[in-house]
Amino acid sequence: MSHVSCESAWKPTIQFENLKKRAAILAKIRQFFADRDVLEVETQALSHATITDPYIHSMIATCHEVDGSHCEEMYLQTSPEFAMKRLLAAGSGSIYQICKAFRNGEIGSQHNPEFTMLEWYRIDFDHHDLMQEMDELFQFAIQTPPAKKISYQKLFEEKLKINPHIATAKELENCAIKNGLTNITGNDPEDRDMWMQLLMSEIIEPQLKEGVFFIYDYPATQAALARIRQDEFPVAERFEAYINGIELANGFHELADAKEQRTRFENDLIKRAKSNYPSVKIDENFLAALANGFPNCSGVAVGIDRLVMIALKAKSIRDVICFPYDIA
Amino acid sequence: MTTYSTNEFKGGLKLMMDGDPYSIIENEFVKPGKGQAFNRVKMRNLKTGRVVERTFKSGESLEGADVVDIEVQYLYFDGENWNFMDPNTYEQYVAGENAVADAKQWLKEQDICVLTLYNGQPLFVTPPNFVTLKIVDTDPGVRGDTSGGGGKPATLETGAVVRVPLFVQINEVIKVDTRTGEYVSRVKE
Repeated sequence: MSHVSCESAWKPTIQFENLKKRAAILAKIRQFFADRDVLEVETQALSHATITDPYIHSMIATCHEVDGSHCEEMYLQTSPEFAMKRLLAAGSGSIYQICKAFRNGEIGSQHNPEFTMLEWYRIDFDHHDLMQEMDELFQFAIQTPPAKKISYQKLFEEKLKINPHIATAKELENCAIKNGLTNITGNDPEDRDMWMQLLMSEIIEPQLKEGVFFIYDYPATQAALARIRQDEFPVAERFEAYINGIELANGFHELADAKEQRTRFENDLIKRAKSNYPSVKIDENFLAALANGFPNCSGVAVGIDRLVMIALKAKSIRDVICFPYDIA
Repeated sequence: MTTYSTNEFKGGLKLMMDGDPYSIIENEFVKPGKGQAFNRVKMRNLKTGRVVERTFKSGESLEGADVVDIEVQYLYFDGENWNFMDPNTYEQYVAGENAVADAKQWLKEQDICVLTLYNGQPLFVTPPNFVTLKIVDTDPGVRGDTSGGGGKPATLETGAVVRVPLFVQINEVIKVDTRTGEYVSRVKE
């Protein structure tokens, strides 16, 4: 990551016409939630703790007295999830937020380290109810065709003829090799989830080119903050949305068990240590909120920049934001 | 030597992989929402010229390759090797058949070209985009034809063979685009 300054670096990378279209999409989203009595909220961008996810890296801001004393490192939030869940635990009812989120190291045609996120939570929705609502939002805000829903297992069976819940790391690796993914550098061949994620992003995603797809019931090992349901195999009640091959949203039927949540955080920290990623502070206020009693709800986060990219058929995130990281 | 992590991979960056120097062509960041991030990297092996695609786990790093481009003047062919000189330092470089490869058919003594050095040794030679060379052999053209349609083969002083318009004659000097091997125009001496 580096800073660029040259003669044209002061100029926005978004066209004014697209800036207006972006504003119109945001207005529609707010209208959608107003019509459904979902309350708009704003929570902190700076927090004393952050997400433990082994693959999401928080930025750190240094906070101190003006004379430089009492220095403390705080985290720029990678999503407003924990703060919004504290509101839910306190009895807010259904809520949504449109805010900036920050993630280190994510730069590409679909990534900027600072990006705009829409996150919402619905009381007494399970993940299927929320997928239904998200489908309605997409149709309303950017005129998409109705979504197709498919389970993670069925998708892997259809596209790769492999059952992701029982396949061994070796079988997943062989499947990757059979599909032409031979030159993988720096991976741990025993890591089943890594192979599944690789197959997903390299082989399956490119086949989701046309239309809106919701993929649900992920392997329990990729549960993140979702509930795990005991089916034939244990599955995480988690879903992701793809539009025209672009991964756009990640949602959960939210885990409400503080003890299990703590265990997952601690397992994440072990994974982080194994990968030599910096350790982070577990959010004790969030865990206390869960322990206090958390309502049955589902929540989802949607990348707004990508939603706008899809609506405007933009090739790069630079075409839909004002000042990308390198010229920010 | 510095190491570069996948998020620093940019077009033109020269890196070592499996013992060979590579030049990055394209680097695409791929990340599933909650999962491991990958970089899909297209790169050219600078020894063989072959383009390969590799997928890296994001955050992996490779050592930089000691590869530099310098402008040199082509001096002469000694029967086995091609000799070049850096006109600024007067340092001379000797390049063999492998390094010169396709470039040799365009090399005329005194011309300035780009020599890519790997660990100080010539890796390959890039001729100037345009060269002016004399025709040493071609069939006599049809008198009166000035359209350039059709064309005929012509052998140049360096041994290269290019297609030229029918009106172009032996001993004339022409300009050729070395990237496509195509005739551009006649040059008045």
